[in-house]
Amino acid sequence: MDAEAAKLIGAGIAAIGMGGAGIGVGIIFGNFLQGALRNPSEAPKQFGNLIFGFAVTEALGIFSLLIALLLLFVF
Amino acid sequence: MSNDPIHQFHTNNTVDAQVAELPAAWGVGNLAFNDAALFMLAGTALTAGFFYWAMKPAALVPGRAQVVAETGYNFIHGMVRDAAGDEGVKRFFPFVFTLFLWIFAANMLGMFPYFFTPTSHIIVTATMALMVFLTVIVVGLAKNGLKFFKLFVPSGVPIYILPFVVFIEIISFFSRPLSHAVRLWANVLAGHLVLKVFAGFVPMMAAAGFVGLFGSLLPLTMTVALYALEFLVAFLQAYVFALLTCIYLNDALHPGHH
Repeated sequence: MDAEAAKLIGAGIAAIGMGGAGIGVGIIFGNFLQGALRNPSEAPKQFGNLIFGFAVTEALGIFSLLIALLLLFVF
Repeated sequence: MSNDPIHQFHTNNTVDAQVAELPAAWGVGNLAFNDAALFMLAGTALTAGFFYWAMKPAALVPGRAQVVAETGYNFIHGMVRDAAGDEGVKRFFPFVFTLFLWIFAANMLGMFPYFFTPTSHIIVTATMALMVFLTVIVVGLAKNGLKFFKLFVPSGVPIYILPFVVFIEIISFFSRPLSHAVRLWANVLAGHLVLKVFAGFVPMMAAAGFVGLFGSLLPLTMTVALYALEFLVAFLQAYVFALLTCIYLNDALHPGHH
């Protein structure tokens, strides 16, 4: 296989990992909304936890995007 | 080459003044004052200057600038107290506040077009993450002595899986600086790359004729939307870096409480 083609295919495969982060972030915000609607008075206190969980989960998706972009533009 | 998305991460795009020659045997090139140094100093000077200017009146009824400074102070103060307790505030609040402000200033300066972003280089984020990691070890051992190692032995775990849990805890402890540094670095780097890639679609499409000219509005809108997202990320990653620092420092103060 041509090295250029292999690089592009590899970048595409690496980007699949972002789907997992999408699922994770959806679960976090969905569950937060569920909890917040059940007990709205407690919801603002959990905002820090929400953002923390979002950032930690989203970072993993960013890692795979980073690998894809590095494959495309650096190698 | 302006269409190369990697070009923005070079450390000597606008400023590159050689300061001193280093021995060739070191293999690190020469010592230079470049974009990286300039924007790191600018971030430091901006935060220090703003807080000096805003807090100089120190009025009982604050003016607008003083309100901004005090809001930021209270925000991080509350975060440190929630995550590391009152003792954490007493010992580490200035450290965490400085880290947060510096990362925030560096990220925000990097949002200007053609400006260099210090946090998009892993050497910068790794230095800060290692600083936190070493602080945790030194303070933890100095304050708790051998009790610090309770950090690796969670209470209430059945004895037959305890060796396995300890093994995992040790691995997770030593991978902390890695994930701590890479999280900030990768978010900023990937964000700026995506911005440049989408911005590159605009002239690419506009060059394709009359229909392409209207079609190029799509990536242009996307670039503007991504820019807004990047402002959110710039703040969020500074906040998350500071929050994780608090959580790690809390382990140094209260090992075995998690």
